[in-house]
Amino acid sequence: MKIAIASGKGGTGKTTVAVNLALAAARPVQILDCDVEAPNSHLFLRPAIDETFRASIQVPLIDADKCDGCGECGSFCRFKAIVTLPGNPLVFPELCHGCGGCALICTRDAITETDREIGTVEIGRSGQITLIRGLLDVGVAMSPPLIRSVKARASTDGLVLIDAPPGASCPMVAAVSGCDQAVLVTEPTPFGLNDLRVAVETIRELKIPFGVVINRADAGDNRTVEYCAAEDIDILAEIPDDRRIAVAYSRGEPLVNAVPEFKPVFESLLERLQTSGRETRRSN
Amino acid sequence: MKIIVTSSGEKPESPVDPRFGRAAKFMVYDTASDQYETVDNVQNLQAAQGAGIQAAETVARLEADCVLTGHCGPKAFMVLKTAGVKVYTGVEGTVADAVARYKSGELNPAEGADVDGHW
Repeated sequence: MKIAIASGKGGTGKTTVAVNLALAAARPVQILDCDVEAPNSHLFLRPAIDETFRASIQVPLIDADKCDGCGECGSFCRFKAIVTLPGNPLVFPELCHGCGGCALICTRDAITETDREIGTVEIGRSGQITLIRGLLDVGVAMSPPLIRSVKARASTDGLVLIDAPPGASCPMVAAVSGCDQAVLVTEPTPFGLNDLRVAVETIRELKIPFGVVINRADAGDNRTVEYCAAEDIDILAEIPDDRRIAVAYSRGEPLVNAVPEFKPVFESLLERLQTSGRETRRSN
Repeated sequence: MKIIVTSSGEKPESPVDPRFGRAAKFMVYDTASDQYETVDNVQNLQAAQGAGIQAAETVARLEADCVLTGHCGPKAFMVLKTAGVKVYTGVEGTVADAVARYKSGELNPAEGADVDGHW
């Protein structure tokens, strides 16, 4: 079972939820840290890394002798990674999303594809938890292919928790796609609610059953709870605004270890996620 | 010859748009006819990425000899250079002023991009 831990707003507690769900599971679990621009699950799990891979995407390589400068590849590429001036095709690999369309569309077989490295995938273990994390190279702006590379190494059975990147754009979609369930972590602030709405729209579009976890639940106002009620969204758990949580976090200590009284929160959240088989009641 | 000036509007009196890739308009001045023509850059104003590249391609396809603008990033500059279009950055004032300064030989072509991408 694959469960994505996502959020519209950054810093709401995705990693806290993912790491503590894994620890509460008390059996073999995989965490995929797909927040490849700022992966931080390892800070709490401190795994011994025993496998490392480089990840790349395929970018076009143009054979100038075969190219007749027709410009089809350039007009096909919506990301402007190829410019075809008369006789002079120019490739900008850093803009390429690796779709391979240019090579397919070329009638002269002038385009082959070559690897462009974009990041690293690391696999490590910490107790019963296997952590697979992506780390995007500095200067690379294209995270979805690396996220897919991390997900490709997930096991097909057992419990897999995906720590998604924040937001509701391509990286989040890449991380959440194909999951059986999603948890949207939010905080009860105007920013948190605004970004939750955007994430809800996205996750409904993806037709993935989801519920909400409200972190620092007593720190803001009641509007998030009212919004969830109006939208018929389940609130799966609430985590209080407790100084002990912040202290544990700042020390890189998982919450369920540092303050065991919170362990039942994550145990019951996991129980709910695994047994529910809930559907989004409104799929629009 | 054709001179392209990035412009905020559609008239010779319009101010030069300091942006190249996301310029509002391109004013195309033909020295032979002493006439201006306006070309839209609408698709690039909203482009997620590659606005400079696309704008440079537009300029190259218009067979311009040179571009007068405020700033030009590295990717756009590379495309313009490959297409053999001279780039003049740091140009201010109205479109007509820019053309007049170019004609008087007051401007010097840029040797490279004057800003980073996405400045």
